Amino acid sequence: MTALLEVSNLARTYDVRRGRWPFARLATLHAVDGVSFELPAGRTLGLVGESGCGKTTTAKLVLGLLPASGGEVRVGGEALPAAHSPHWRALRRRMQMVYQDPLGALDRRLSVGRQVMEPLVIHGAGSTAERRDKALAMLDAVGLAQHHFDRFPHELSGGQRQRIVLARALILDPQLLVCDEPISALDVSIQAQVVNLLLALQQKLGLAYLFISHDLRMVRQVSHEVAVMYLGRIVEQGDPDRLFATPAHPYTQALVSAIPTHGRARKRRIVLPGEPPNPVDRPAGCAFHPRCPHAVERCRIETPALRLLADGRRAACHLAEQIA
Amino acid sequence: MRALHGIDLEVRRGEALGLVGESGCGKSVTWLAALGLLGGRARIGGEVLLEGRNLAGAPVAELERVRGRRIAMIFQDPSSSLNPVHRIGRQLGEALRLHRGLEGTALEAEAQRLLDRVGIADGKRRLGDYPHELSGGMNQRVMIAMALAGQPDLLIADEPTTALDATIQAQILELLAEIRRETRMAMVLISHDLGVVAENTDRVCVMYAGRIVEDAPIDTVFEAPAHPYTRGLLAALPELEGPRRMLVPIAGVVPEPANLPPGCSFAPRCDRRIEACGHAPPPATELAPQHRVACIRA
Amino acid sequence: MLRYLTGRLLRAVLTIFLVITFAFFVLHLSGDPAMMILSADAPPESVKAFRAAWGLDRPLWIQYLAYVWNALHGDLGNSMRDGRPAVQLVLERVPATLAITVPAFLLKLVIGIPAGIYAALHRNSAADRLTMMVSVAGFTVPSFVLALVLVLVFSVQLGWLPSAGSDRPTSAILPIVTLGIAGAAILARFTRSAMLEVLGQPYIRAASAKGLQWRTVVVRHALPNAAIPTTTIVGFMVGTLIAGAVVVESVFAWPGIGRLLVSSVSNRDLAVVQVILLLVAATMVTANIVVDVVYGWLDPRLRRGGARGR
Repeated sequence: MTALLEVSNLARTYDVRRGRWPFARLATLHAVDGVSFELPAGRTLGLVGESGCGKTTTAKLVLGLLPASGGEVRVGGEALPAAHSPHWRALRRRMQMVYQDPLGALDRRLSVGRQVMEPLVIHGAGSTAERRDKALAMLDAVGLAQHHFDRFPHELSGGQRQRIVLARALILDPQLLVCDEPISALDVSIQAQVVNLLLALQQKLGLAYLFISHDLRMVRQVSHEVAVMYLGRIVEQGDPDRLFATPAHPYTQALVSAIPTHGRARKRRIVLPGEPPNPVDRPAGCAFHPRCPHAVERCRIETPALRLLADGRRAACHLAEQIA
Repeated sequence: MRALHGIDLEVRRGEALGLVGESGCGKSVTWLAALGLLGGRARIGGEVLLEGRNLAGAPVAELERVRGRRIAMIFQDPSSSLNPVHRIGRQLGEALRLHRGLEGTALEAEAQRLLDRVGIADGKRRLGDYPHELSGGMNQRVMIAMALAGQPDLLIADEPTTALDATIQAQILELLAEIRRETRMAMVLISHDLGVVAENTDRVCVMYAGRIVEDAPIDTVFEAPAHPYTRGLLAALPELEGPRRMLVPIAGVVPEPANLPPGCSFAPRCDRRIEACGHAPPPATELAPQHRVACIRA
Repeated sequence: MLRYLTGRLLRAVLTIFLVITFAFFVLHLSGDPAMMILSADAPPESVKAFRAAWGLDRPLWIQYLAYVWNALHGDLGNSMRDGRPAVQLVLERVPATLAITVPAFLLKLVIGIPAGIYAALHRNSAADRLTMMVSVAGFTVPSFVLALVLVLVFSVQLGWLPSAGSDRPTSAILPIVTLGIAGAAILARFTRSAMLEVLGQPYIRAASAKGLQWRTVVVRHALPNAAIPTTTIVGFMVGTLIAGAVVVESVFAWPGIGRLLVSSVSNRDLAVVQVILLLVAATMVTANIVVDVVYGWLDPRLRRGGARGR
């Protein structure tokens, strides 16, 4: 069986100027550098990492919003067509995106109903009455009432706005939803509402999610598989429960231990030295080695491949077995 | 519009107190009000006692002697809390000159020592940098150095790591803990993240809609939360370990400050409410020593 | 820095060149100088002779090439009216214009900036609202209306100041005040909004939390930041020092460049108009370059080259 979404060796580079001189030397920034994963229908892949690690770029590449510099994205077995071609537009009905900031994603001047129906209008689907019925059904599905149809975004709370964004994304019956930090802008008590809604919709509609977040706890809550990114590459990938309980890659270990929790006394926190390097100056060998507490000579020279470990997960670390 | 409704809290010498709540609950406003930093249009009632002296309504000159010197603050967005047109050294030096009366080489030496203290290597060069030349984490370190310049008795850290990445957040929290171990400085840590507060403070006040609803030692809050809102927050948070469970969200939304329900502000979202909850705001009562709750059902 | 400045200068020269080219064709296609200078009922032979003398009988593009060629050799042509070099004619008028625009510029700064700062610091106070009301009035009323009102009050009614001309030292006062008030109003608004923007920034609160006196916070932290956007509008005002007084000079019969421009345009005295436009373009472009340099000096984030290698 082919997966709904297959990503192989995906890459995206940018040419950046070093310094601000008009004729300064150009350098290549590897925003995403050889990322591969599969996402079966009805499942969730969580993508975690810190700002600048390439999570959002990956999401845009998957949807064809950015052209890839290398590699391939296949949806339902066929290669992603060129952006803005008729074929791509047809395919995009099956793949929708949900952003972090619901207010920014909505048009303040349009009523909720108009916005939820908008994708149907763009794709010329159904009669006016049918669109309206569908939109009301969608509002119901995301837990909003009929009377919200004629409201405007500013009259609603952050959680309700994110529900509208979801209703609009779902009205074309997509199979894949790419969610880029969908709950980060919401308050804690509202985050749980939206996460539960996402899980319920997945059950009911068989949606697949590419769920991008920096919140490891929420990612574990929703994901069937997790990929951890550092400087444009996946450094560890596998079952969320196992990956977060016993992280194999030293970066994942640090990331997990950095999450503040009650009862920390049991475990020491790993505090990494320094900050992620500028992607333009990616360190040779393993990109993580300058901050890694376990790095040996080999890590400085040889770039570790993402390889299968004995327990079925993948990690890109020469020393994964020794330091587990 | 009323942002705060009678906040009673106490910070003891050397203590670390957490202040938790969702956006708009008044956790930052409390401290800005206490230090007179809300600007001319805010009116403040009640009293703010610093070792017995009332700061509320005190002359501006007196407040200015307290700010930075007795009580220092660091903020959520370090990069925009530093003036973009002045060098780091000038901004740090300004605080040292003001609070410690240092000048010339002594000032420079102390500035370098402070940068070194907050983990900024190569301090001499960094003093000549502008804020935009440093990362968010580095700028927060600079803010901390500036706060330390006045050798304050109390540091108010207002969401100090919210804008930072996880591994950088860990560095900053570790740094704050280290400094407190050394200086015995008290700290109020304001955060929306119960985990951050749990790991870094001894006691926590949970705020909701401009009131403190629960005030308890950190272990009590996690093991025996008494207020339904506190319980709701804990139930809404997923865990990183153990079996996954369905999250239990708190129904409804936070009321608008201009539009609070009569009685207990949390009542409309509360699953344990009774009719009496709608009559009057519940007073804070002492459930156990050091554990106060504002709920008639607790 | 040097390379950057060279680039800017090249672009400046190109801008000036384009302005001159544009003006050349618009002026030559919009009316016949011979008719204007000689009057409409002049005999055809003298019109023909006039045209031949000034080269107006040649094809337009030849005239243009000749003009550019001469300009590159420092000859910007002679006035068709009195035959003297156009440059000399224009330069004679510069001091008169500067005599009103420079004091007016200072007036704008001295009134506009403090008023804006004061209004921002006392936002929503009666003083703020009054300042803003005056400011709105100041820049919505056209300058010729303002000029006429001032003349009515101070010359006609009170008889304190001369209503036009340039024969007495007090003659300059009304033109200066007319120019200054309008500019000060605009500047006050800009300064106020720049200041309000800055006062809302987190670093202002942080500076207060540090224990600095409010005065110090304003002077040391707010003003340098508010100066950045204000520079744009001040720079623009510098750019109008030469030609910003056309209307006012006409109303008050002030013998400056503005009046020369108006009369030269209506007479189709092409060389003179060209020289004035050249001068205007050059001041504008220079003001722009100066603004950019000042920007870099005020705002370290815009500095080029800089230590931030990586």
